Amino acid sequence: MKYWRKPLDFGDVKVPRGEVRILVERCKGCGFCVEYCPKDVLVMSEEFNKKGYHPPKVVKAGECVNCNLCEMICPDFAIFSVAVSDGDAAAAAGSSTQPAGADPGPPEQELRRA
Amino acid sequence: MKADPAGVLTGVHYLDGDFACGEGAMAAGCRFVAGYPITPSTEVVERISRRFPLMGGTFIQMEDELGSMAAVVGASWTGTKSMTVTSGPGFSLMMENIGLAAMMETPCVVVNVQRAGPSTGLPTMVGQADMMQARWGSHGDYEVIALSPQSPQEAFDLMIDAFNLAEIYRVPVLVMMDECVGHMTEKVVIPPAEEIEVVPRSLTSQPPESYLPYKVNGKPVPEFARAGDGYKFHTTGLTHDERGYPVMSKECQEKCVSRLLEKIRQNVDQIVRLEEREVDGADVVVVAYGITARVARIGVELAKRQGAKVGFIRLITVWPFPDRRIRAVAEKVKAFVVPEINYGQMVLEVERCAAKAGADAVLVPHPGGGVHDPKRICEAILGAAK
Amino acid sequence: MSTLAEHPEVLPEEHPVAPYIRTDRMPHIWCPTCGIGTVVKCFATALAESGLDLNKVSVVSGIGCTGRVAGYMKLDGFHTTHGRAIPFATGLKLGRPELLVTVFSGDGDLVGIGGNHFIHAARRNMDLLVILVNNFIYGMTGGQNAATTPLTAKTSTMPYGNFERAFNLPQLAASCGATYVARWTCLHIRRLTKAFGEGLKRKGFRFIEVIAPCSTLYARLNKLGSGLDLMRFYHDNAEIRHGADTREVGIAFQDRIVCGKFVDEEQPSFLEMMHEHYRKTLGSKYVPTPPEGGWLHE
Repeated sequence: MKYWRKPLDFGDVKVPRGEVRILVERCKGCGFCVEYCPKDVLVMSEEFNKKGYHPPKVVKAGECVNCNLCEMICPDFAIFSVAVSDGDAAAAAGSSTQPAGADPGPPEQELRRA
Repeated sequence: MKADPAGVLTGVHYLDGDFACGEGAMAAGCRFVAGYPITPSTEVVERISRRFPLMGGTFIQMEDELGSMAAVVGASWTGTKSMTVTSGPGFSLMMENIGLAAMMETPCVVVNVQRAGPSTGLPTMVGQADMMQARWGSHGDYEVIALSPQSPQEAFDLMIDAFNLAEIYRVPVLVMMDECVGHMTEKVVIPPAEEIEVVPRSLTSQPPESYLPYKVNGKPVPEFARAGDGYKFHTTGLTHDERGYPVMSKECQEKCVSRLLEKIRQNVDQIVRLEEREVDGADVVVVAYGITARVARIGVELAKRQGAKVGFIRLITVWPFPDRRIRAVAEKVKAFVVPEINYGQMVLEVERCAAKAGADAVLVPHPGGGVHDPKRICEAILGAAK
Repeated sequence: MSTLAEHPEVLPEEHPVAPYIRTDRMPHIWCPTCGIGTVVKCFATALAESGLDLNKVSVVSGIGCTGRVAGYMKLDGFHTTHGRAIPFATGLKLGRPELLVTVFSGDGDLVGIGGNHFIHAARRNMDLLVILVNNFIYGMTGGQNAATTPLTAKTSTMPYGNFERAFNLPQLAASCGATYVARWTCLHIRRLTKAFGEGLKRKGFRFIEVIAPCSTLYARLNKLGSGLDLMRFYHDNAEIRHGADTREVGIAFQDRIVCGKFVDEEQPSFLEMMHEHYRKTLGSKYVPTPPEGGWLHE
């Protein structure tokens, strides 16, 4: 975040860190969480859940600040965030930002049958 | 359980049927009434509104009969015995929520002080033309219990029975009074509270984790849980399974609805009450209910003086209809004579039951607005005996 | 296999409001991008934060999409007949006064067929928290005109556009005597949750209107996109004006939506007035229905 002048308590403020958890089979692909996440942590994935919806996926895990907006706005009780400590957040940022596209998985037709 | 003395106005009174009905409800333990004024039933709630604040009851005059019946069903889910009172036009309005009470298996009592219809009809004059509506008024398959008092004393007594039956079978019980009985003033003896047996709302002994609102454990009805006791149950007017959750399937429909019917149909013998006189050896049996029963008795006497062998059956329980008894009597008699203040309602039931044995069912109709001339009933009896 | 399998297994019980939701019935029947679920989430959060004894909270719904709410919340729930949620709830409240009774239903149910009960309960200041989810249409039955459908909107029974005026619900509620009147959209998740929290704590007739998107009917019949497009519309067109005059908060078709808390006053509720009056007139002879209700037992 850019400041015109560094706040005096800058060193004391700890930005919360969160981890998004998704109940994939409940999701109906409405897109509210993706649209309104203030940190753009989520995008709609290309995969399908059992009902044929595209659930969201986390693409910027390190950015999540545990604001719970996704949790509040999801109409399907399919997503929430939990607080994580800074150390965990750093590890999460390192490992799970690999986009799903790294392993594209089987072609779409196969997924639909499965 | 003995009646709560706070609601029992012990003593010998001179009351009209409406007031006696109100006293009966209070003696039975009713503590919630939602009503809407309608002639000729209004006096019931007027009396209750006067006495309820002295005994821990709540009366509310709702904005219409639809709201009244909905409030009665809601209050019953708190474990409180609830009732409402109405007449023909209000009865029609209440039908949807009577169906809700039947589907949700909510004990409650609805009193219909019948007046002549259809529609606005004769508001201050007697009719008995809502009898079929009592059975079939709401849509779908369900069973109710309906009682018919013939006097203010019986209006008191049957209210206690009505509430007890509602508790035992978890069903709406309809007390089909009529304007004559409602507005007739007679001696009513109200016994001491210790002599009045009431069936309390029984609650489940299951803990919330294992409780299922519509699971029957071999009994005719499921166990009840009150709202606010931590059971966090769900109930709905939709076809539901044992958990109270809606399930849209033929199988669930069959299971859900058939039990609503069977719990009454399999217990008809325990539910039905009749008053019989001289049925054995009779050629003709008069079947009547409500105020007409009292008039019919005179008709029966007149016919007997002319040599007829006449018996008399009074329907105290109108629904479920006493099929078995009427069928059995039909084997032995030539005909039934059914006087009623309508153009033929309960006579259809008698006819249905008498058909196999070949006995006639003769209707003595009355359009409403008064009671029969006993001579007409006598003529019908003599005619049927031929 | 798909990368969904790489998502860590999340158990339904881990969701923060799982204790307030019937997780055995998830996923629910509401359409993708329907806003009702969001309203339920906010209400569940408000319940969690309220510290209330949830054994004493009941929810009563009528018929319709929002009417299904009672079936999805883990509270004593009643799914009643169309339009009669409010009198049913009245019976619950008067039968056991210690209950906190919430009516959670839709615009068609509460102010269409249920209009009479709505105005009388407000008039009496009956102790009910009424949450009305307004999607401007009768959703469950396929998109018919509602008493809240704005002029010119298309519905299945007004295929050439609605020519009937619509209710201004905050004005209706306030004019009938509701003591807490607020409107939010389901986009305003934080403020809505706070409004629910306030509503849960107050007494009397509390009315909270929540504008929610109906993607399958309202949006589709009026070519407004999906529920997400309607949410974006709320984002750009909602105006927060606390204390606004309720006569001026009517909603026209695809027009500004005035949100906020319009009425918040302290008035004696129905039960308070009843108790006070009987005490005054009957004195020591008055026996009120006890808070735990009129259930008579040994």
